[in-house]
Amino acid sequence: MNRVLPYPLLTAALLLTWLLLTSFSPGQFLLGAVIAVAASRAMAALQPSKPRLRRWQFIPRLAGIVALDILRSNMAVASIILGGRRRDRVAGFVAIPLDLRDKTGLAVLACIVTSTPGTAWIEYAHDTGVLLIHVLDLVDKDEWIALIKNRYEASLMEIFE
Amino acid sequence: MTHAMDLPAWAAVLTALLVVLGAGLTLLGAIGTLQFGSFFERVHAPTLGTSWGTGAIVLASIVCFSALGLRPVVHELLIGVFITATTPVTLMLLARAALYRDRTEGDANVPPRSLLRSPGGSLSRDRSSDGPGESPSRDPQTPEVRPMTPI
Repeated sequence: MNRVLPYPLLTAALLLTWLLLTSFSPGQFLLGAVIAVAASRAMAALQPSKPRLRRWQFIPRLAGIVALDILRSNMAVASIILGGRRRDRVAGFVAIPLDLRDKTGLAVLACIVTSTPGTAWIEYAHDTGVLLIHVLDLVDKDEWIALIKNRYEASLMEIFE
Repeated sequence: MTHAMDLPAWAAVLTALLVVLGAGLTLLGAIGTLQFGSFFERVHAPTLGTSWGTGAIVLASIVCFSALGLRPVVHELLIGVFITATTPVTLMLLARAALYRDRTEGDANVPPRSLLRSPGGSLSRDRSSDGPGESPSRDPQTPEVRPMTPI
């Protein structure tokens, strides 16, 4: 199993992508399977760290929370842009000490922070685990630290660590 | 070209709403990019286009072609997945380049690198240790080699 399929999740994802982009037929399934297995074995040559999904059942909940949060901050940033410069809005940096160390978890957190308008992932220090984000509408630093840590980091640590 | 006649009314209305929402958010993102004053503020605006700007148009496409074809069409979701997964790469490259530029210029608006060294944010201690000819290995704030090894 490990020799033939070093990255079963990657192989499954590639096959699913292939089927979505073509059509669900036995021929395409076979072709897609061959390509997915070949590609994931090529990936093994790069020796990426293997992500471990400990509790994947939390993923849909996190995805739902994130989608709603992103929609809400879309509206918030849109109203800032529409409101022009009248409001005395303060933008600023927030340093967040993270406990999450899993690389895949950090990558997902980067996707979440980046996809949310109003927050941008700026810098991360591997040795101390401190993350620097930039917030467009900064009212309370501690609120942002609590938001990232409780809302996203806790879920990601449950999933990946 | 036009299959619009075959589209049921509910799907047409939903598609139209979603397309307008997505296009509107993307337009606002573009306006914001022009409007904001500094690099780190401007970097937020295009995110409107890459999050629900894309998301709403992808949903509109799914609704429209699923209703036309009478079967679920979901491969558009891949567009959303790829955009979400690739945006951070560009953003981080740009942000770190800007951060490096501002720090080199001594811009007081960006936090110093030492802020990330001490989670408590005790900047004064770090500054005092930043003497000329400092060697990173001697820095009292970064003696940690151990966390790199698996626990």
